[in-house]
Amino acid sequence: MSVPIPLVAEIAFARAAGRLSRLARTGGGTTVPGKLLWKLDPGAIDRLAARLPLGSAVISATNGKTTTAAMAAEILRERFRLAHNSSGANLVSGIASTLIDARAAELGLFEVDEAALPEVLSRVKPKAVCLGNLFRDQLDRYGELEHVAERWRSAVRALPGDAALAVNGDDPQVGALAQERPNTLVFGVDDPSAARPSLQHAADSKYCVRCGAPYDYHAAYVGHLGDYRCPACGHSRPPLNVVAREIELNGLESVSFRLVTPSGTSVVRLHVPGLYNVYNALAAASLTLNLGAQLDEIVAGIESFNAAFGRFERIRVGDRGLLMLLIKNPAGANEAVRTIVEGGAPAVAVIALNDAIADGRDVSWIWDVDFEPLIPGLTRLVATGDRAAELALRFKYGGLDARAIDVLPSLEAALDRGLELTPPRGELVVLPTYTAMLALRRIVGDRGFVRPYWESAA
Amino acid sequence: MKIVVGHLYPDYLNIYADRGNIAVLSRRAAWRGHELEVHSVSVGDPFRPGEHDLLYVGGGQDREQALVAQDLVAKAAGVQESVAAGAAVLAVCGGYQLLGRSYRDLHGSDLPGIGVFPFDTVAGETRMIGDVLLECELEPGLRRTLTGFENHAGRTRLDPGAQPLGRVVAGFGNDGESGWEGCRVGRALGTYLHGPLLPRNPWLADWLLAQALAHRHGEAPELEPLADELETEAHAVSAKRAETRGGRRR
Repeated sequence: MSVPIPLVAEIAFARAAGRLSRLARTGGGTTVPGKLLWKLDPGAIDRLAARLPLGSAVISATNGKTTTAAMAAEILRERFRLAHNSSGANLVSGIASTLIDARAAELGLFEVDEAALPEVLSRVKPKAVCLGNLFRDQLDRYGELEHVAERWRSAVRALPGDAALAVNGDDPQVGALAQERPNTLVFGVDDPSAARPSLQHAADSKYCVRCGAPYDYHAAYVGHLGDYRCPACGHSRPPLNVVAREIELNGLESVSFRLVTPSGTSVVRLHVPGLYNVYNALAAASLTLNLGAQLDEIVAGIESFNAAFGRFERIRVGDRGLLMLLIKNPAGANEAVRTIVEGGAPAVAVIALNDAIADGRDVSWIWDVDFEPLIPGLTRLVATGDRAAELALRFKYGGLDARAIDVLPSLEAALDRGLELTPPRGELVVLPTYTAMLALRRIVGDRGFVRPYWESAA
Repeated sequence: MKIVVGHLYPDYLNIYADRGNIAVLSRRAAWRGHELEVHSVSVGDPFRPGEHDLLYVGGGQDREQALVAQDLVAKAAGVQESVAAGAAVLAVCGGYQLLGRSYRDLHGSDLPGIGVFPFDTVAGETRMIGDVLLECELEPGLRRTLTGFENHAGRTRLDPGAQPLGRVVAGFGNDGESGWEGCRVGRALGTYLHGPLLPRNPWLADWLLAQALAHRHGEAPELEPLADELETEAHAVSAKRAETRGGRRR
């Protein structure tokens, strides 16, 4: 028999544990209080979420959830005090930690791991939900895409009646969720001039969700996201309510587009590059429209957004710069590569491959990434991380001369090597997997160039 | 010399970076002055027995696997004829299962296989996921190791007397119990190991190339050694992973 502990006492205890973790430097301590609370009393999370006067908004996707949530936070922060898991701790424990820390918050804003979504939705009972995309990602951890999609379908069916849903219509699996609820906002891109010439190798949902025949794509934008139609049964992209048109990609600096919504139209200029960020902006706009935001607030918020940590992040290191783009799965890494090459292919790159649970223990995904556009421009690749040799092989068999590859498993040694190869005032491109990104930020942080993420995220 | 690879269902069965295996075969052939052509053979395409020196079948998700299973049955006689005539085969994960006799999923429904390999597969409740280390003896007296990653719900049970690809040193293998992994029938190999398999196990890539050349030209040539330092390092790291965190350690 366990003795019931008051919620206040549980929270106080959990908070103290988080401070200890930070003091001990074992991590950001961002999930320690939540993990403890989760152990002590799983139902406490439900009660904490229920205390938020305006309820919660939840974002999930394989790619872009951290950025989408950060954009939504820019839109909403003028009006509401937010409880936002901005450091990317997106499992149930991370959300619990955010709730513990959010003393006077009015509205919860949570990015949620794809696999954790059903549990989070049932506990947090959100007012608004935005679902972005499903790509193959860490099959050793998430299992097959179809399985994740099936769990999402059940979770959406179980949402409270008043929850407002927004989905990406350009993703066949996600767009089909709109059928589950009337009044769903469906967002997508409508600009064939920004489309790719063909479906990428990493396109996943290429076959009709209804009948299994291959889709015809009128336009494919990012992976399998696009304007699709099944030639056999006619299943096609649902009508869009929130749309990006007239997209202009401006290298590494920005991307602009015309945002068309039920409450008006406006040109938006994003200060981060890439078509994938247009999708993130559409997701943030749709979610916040469902929360009652005005178009001018949405545009101002999206335009004031810079970068979520580690995702297209620029860090000064003495007289040189780092440009860090997280890579974690084929679709996301393809967009990172595409963005970098469009900004001018680099001569030197540091690519870091770790295989901890958060990175995916199965590193086979690097062979599904189209790294080839980087290869002609590279004079030197610094392969690093726990699986540096595997990454080096990916480039060797992709056509890069093995003599142009340094294999340095130590992240610190690889960073120094990359900086040494970068001319003064130059910028070094770094593509790390998740745990390598955290470790690299810590290394530059220890040299005094960047604040730890649990401070900068606050 | 020319080598023709038939890549079965590359648009459906590609979940575990199967194109990495193809890239390794192509480059290692080219570095020795051989020309490797890869022909895609997918749903609805004709299969002409004898046309290919090496057949490759990759892994797919359950949905894609079901989409190709019926088509493969229509090609069964041709594939069997090719294998009997000495074409080499590498079948990985889902492709490996489809080349057995049958696959029964969790709901009890059966997906037909084409019986190149003498086994049946039945899906279990839990997936077997992790790094794997095998010991193989494809040539008598020559023991070598393979490393890879497995992720499968299927339990594959070889017929009595069937030849496995290797002995499990660390990992689950065919069924998590028998201690065997994969299956071999002559020049045809099937395995659950992806990673992809060939970049970190270049000796197996060379073995397959030699078998394919033997199919076309009558006798397996001696392939000159290549500088495999990166491959050796990747193999060592992967083997260590299997030893420290593979599914089932012996």
